[in-house]
Amino acid sequence: MDRFVFLTLDGLSKGAVYAAFALALVLIWRSTRIVNFAQGALAVVTAYVAYSVTAATTYWLGFAVAIAAGLVLGAVVERGVMRFVEQAPPLNAVTVGLGLVLLIQGALGMIYGNDFRFFPAPVSRHALDIGSLPLLSPYDIVVFASVLLVMALLAVLFTRTRVGLRMRAAAFAPEVSRLLGVRVGRMLTLGWALSAAVGALAGMLVIPTGLGLHPTAMDLVFVTSFTAAVVGGFDSPVGAVVGGVAVGLVLSYVTGYFGADLTPIAVLVLLLAVLLVRPAGLFAGTKARHV
Amino acid sequence: MTSPVATLAQRAAADVPPPRRRGSTLLRHLAIAAGAGVILYFVTYQLDPFRNYQLATAAAYLCATAGLTVLVGLSGQLSLGHGALMATGAYTVALVQNKFSDSGTTGSWTLVVSLALGIATATAVGAVVGLAAARLRGPYLAGVTLAVAITVPAITTTLDEIFNGDQGLSVYVEPPPLALGATFPNERWQAWLALVAALLTMLLLANLVRSRFGRSFRAIRDDEVAAALAGIHVARTQVLAFVVSAACAGLSGGMFAVLALSVSPSAFALTLSLFLLLAIVIGGLGSLAGAVWGAALLVVLPDLTESLTDRLTLSPAAEQRLAGNLPLAIFGLTLVVVMIAAPGGLQGLVRRGARWWRAAPDARRAAD
Repeated sequence: MDRFVFLTLDGLSKGAVYAAFALALVLIWRSTRIVNFAQGALAVVTAYVAYSVTAATTYWLGFAVAIAAGLVLGAVVERGVMRFVEQAPPLNAVTVGLGLVLLIQGALGMIYGNDFRFFPAPVSRHALDIGSLPLLSPYDIVVFASVLLVMALLAVLFTRTRVGLRMRAAAFAPEVSRLLGVRVGRMLTLGWALSAAVGALAGMLVIPTGLGLHPTAMDLVFVTSFTAAVVGGFDSPVGAVVGGVAVGLVLSYVTGYFGADLTPIAVLVLLLAVLLVRPAGLFAGTKARHV
Repeated sequence: MTSPVATLAQRAAADVPPPRRRGSTLLRHLAIAAGAGVILYFVTYQLDPFRNYQLATAAAYLCATAGLTVLVGLSGQLSLGHGALMATGAYTVALVQNKFSDSGTTGSWTLVVSLALGIATATAVGAVVGLAAARLRGPYLAGVTLAVAITVPAITTTLDEIFNGDQGLSVYVEPPPLALGATFPNERWQAWLALVAALLTMLLLANLVRSRFGRSFRAIRDDEVAAALAGIHVARTQVLAFVVSAACAGLSGGMFAVLALSVSPSAFALTLSLFLLLAIVIGGLGSLAGAVWGAALLVVLPDLTESLTDRLTLSPAAEQRLAGNLPLAIFGLTLVVVMIAAPGGLQGLVRRGARWWRAAPDARRAAD
């Protein structure tokens, strides 16, 4: 029982990060119908920026710079590269994303080398004892708090502000929005910037729990979060969060009870089980068929 | 919204009018394959062993890229998991070959049997994945195939006794037949094997593409509803496309097992699946000629960048950092640039050039 509680909390903590990362993917999908395969690589870039800044100054300054770098990087990638393939067939965007991944990983490898680097956590990752049980670490609490804060901020942005309304309009009906005076292109850039910043946050939170900083550190997180977004339904931000937590829990239980080797198989089984019942994810809305 | 791959395919289809030629398609393709075979036969005598091995590798890649380009480019289904299907073929070939050598069975036919079994297993796995894939569209299909791609190491570690975990298996392959002479280079023999596999694959696929099934693939890719109204069984045809493509991937994986004399999970990592996809997109999606370009690039590009870094004089530390990373960066940059500047891929450029050449003889004469 103790073990179950521990695995559940651990799964929730991992799931929170997957949820944030999946949310970043869904943000871009909803506005541009592009699955951003470069999401993980972009997050790694910001983590390396944080690494360099932290080495010279303090952790929290590095943290802030990483989020800012995420904003800038997202905007640059959208303006510089993705804008040219947004109107093109979707596979082109997938390919460009994968190309960016290779380019970024190659470049980071050339600059920083291919060894794992120690990436600090801001607070202790040792679990506090509650009763006689080691349950949550301060770090888990930081993870929960920051992910919840980001989700709340995004919810407020999209439902309560004029910019959020414009962004939703630009994604939903670009032509009409343009006629009504919404700067659609600018909204897309903003969406990419926000998404990359959320991805940067997720990267900062997840890398200390892994082997360390490496050009490919986010690859598995990307695949897992992608799965989470697929489980939840790519069109639904709520689905991304639920999917992220669900995948986090499944991974934690499978790792805890059966061993880490089986996790990819568990992910595949979960994915097939959900998609064979609901081919567009758990939270897919009913939609008129396009004829 | 239509399937995202479909809209892509519509564009690809728009500038590829199906050529109308007289005479039997089968005979024409047979003649082309035979011609290519004869030329390549003489080429293998001109190449040194290393180049022959590279030729063999490209031919093995070609089996997979040709199958994948039919799936992605013609039937409009995206697969990020073909590396796993290749692994299925490769591991089957490894196990069967080793069974043969343990029981002392020899003869050239053993290789044919194990490759056939490799194709059969990959086909069976492909049918299962294809059944799921036929229900899914866009990112959901990408998600499932991606998940398939990353299960390979998990399976080989879990079934440790059969697949020997991360270490993988070594593959017993017989030396070239003695009839070819005692000094016949092994690499030339490997090139022959891989080229025969590639030519057979291309021949079968070229006929499939021009057949009723090929037309059904394209019809579904362009408009599922219209295809269904025209009497095409959409799901069944999509599964068929996946199965055909899986069979090609199985053959390709089996050839890699034969060429490398070993199989291990690291050889069939997610990057392999992605590289296959990238190769066919750079080559020109949906065209078998594009698949040839792609397969060649997969072999030539790493080689080129390596010789480039060799040319530069660098400190050992810098050299270590560039090794592996520079090819990666160059490959990535090539992809991004090609996708933005020439979305039709290399074959698209060739086609555009050929059309310009045919369409404007007068204009060119005037320019002279």
